Amino acid sequence: MIEFRNLHKRFGKLVVLDGLDLNIKKGGIFAVLGPNGSGKTTLIKCLLGMVIPQTGEIFYKGKSVLNKWDYRNDLNYLPQIANFPPNLTVLELIQMVKNLRPKESNERELIDLFGLNDSLQKKLGNLSGGTKQKVNIVLTFMFDSDLIILDEPTTGLDPIALIHLKELIQKENAKGKTILITTHIMSVVEELANEIVFLLDGKIYFKGSIDALKKQTENENLEHAIANLISKQYA
Amino acid sequence: MLKILKYSFYDLMRSRWSYVYFLFYLLLGFVLLFLNNDVNKAVITLMNIIIVLTPLIGTIFGVMYYYNSKEFTELLLAQPINRHKIFMGQYLGISLSLTLSLVLGLGIPFVLYGLFKSAAIFNFGLLLVVGSFLNFIFVALSYNIALSTENKIKGFGYAILMWLLLAVIYDGAFLISLVLFDEYPLDKFSLIATMFNPIDLSRILILLKLDISALLGYTGAVFRKFFGTNLGMVLSMTILVLWVLIPVFRMNLKLKKKDF
Repeated sequence: MIEFRNLHKRFGKLVVLDGLDLNIKKGGIFAVLGPNGSGKTTLIKCLLGMVIPQTGEIFYKGKSVLNKWDYRNDLNYLPQIANFPPNLTVLELIQMVKNLRPKESNERELIDLFGLNDSLQKKLGNLSGGTKQKVNIVLTFMFDSDLIILDEPTTGLDPIALIHLKELIQKENAKGKTILITTHIMSVVEELANEIVFLLDGKIYFKGSIDALKKQTENENLEHAIANLISKQYA
Repeated sequence: MLKILKYSFYDLMRSRWSYVYFLFYLLLGFVLLFLNNDVNKAVITLMNIIIVLTPLIGTIFGVMYYYNSKEFTELLLAQPINRHKIFMGQYLGISLSLTLSLVLGLGIPFVLYGLFKSAAIFNFGLLLVVGSFLNFIFVALSYNIALSTENKIKGFGYAILMWLLLAVIYDGAFLISLVLFDEYPLDKFSLIATMFNPIDLSRILILLKLDISALLGYTGAVFRKFFGTNLGMVLSMTILVLWVLIPVFRMNLKLKKKDF
């Protein structure tokens, strides 16, 4: 469903993506992992058209996405840091995003799920970090799209919200959607991911199931297996 | 684009600073009318304030809005909208809300004072038009700076420097060059030099209209002689429009390659 072909991206002298090739099939939860600064967010932003690669091609559903924008109607994205215009209320923001996307949405259900009913009339500038992240999640999941991209979705969430989020991800997965997650929390990966994509030095270093990764690194514990992969960078 | 404009506009209209700005103009209008007791004189005093202040406020609001709404812009960029439309919407939202503060803030006291019965209505209108142009120009310029500068502090620094350059230093350098090259024919030079600075251009545009261009010496005489008041005004207006269009064009060019 998504194909990256020979993707190169540098910021000044810093090479972030160095001839990356990646193919992601439809359906399943893919965890994009890698050490800090390995290019996870850059890769996602390239797909979203927010970062423009120097060379390379990106295809979504068989169509090139570079310099296009309408394909984004068919994907949902949860950004890493949730920061909204401080003078709008939660409800206004939701209305606004709905207004921008000509699509059905089920925000009511999600608002109830995350207990945001009391916050709807509050201004976004007055919300706590965790509540903002909940709003962020509602905005991401309220549309029905084939692809969902989550960049560090667990930041600032309390345990109950975290459980709800995991259930939500499982539910969407069961509908046959493709979900990309970047995170540093291995328990989330272990619980959710069908497949791991490991980035190192701007390339795909490993792609496969959690079991395959454990086997390859000869490590029973996922956290240590990942640490094993990362330590090769320091060696 | 209209949707983004609408929300940026609402967002700004609800922020405290828009009100402070509005109230400042309101107060300024009443105080000037009270002190001068004459609409025409008040217009001249206002001009001197507007010509320096609107660029400054436009510059600061422009960079501030850009950097403050950075994450939100990223959220918008992930929506199915063309990125040019996002930034044009924001740009128009800021410029329009600043213009509204200016027009209402000054308009209310002048209307209450009896502007419609006064002969100064055209001059006052021109003042508001020029003030609005300056808003649009300086928000566009500051957006250009913010788009090209990743670092917030640097962006602020450059923007203030730009304002200082156009509002103060440019005039100084202009005057010095006039004194230094006193023996050469300077009419063409002064004319062109004026056009390269929207603040100077606005000032001359209003002074020409107020029929006190003799005060201007060189430029006033040159402008009057070559263009006559009407043609000079059309030309100055065209150049003001270019001062809006060129930065907006560059903004769009920059956006094509910008990473967020």
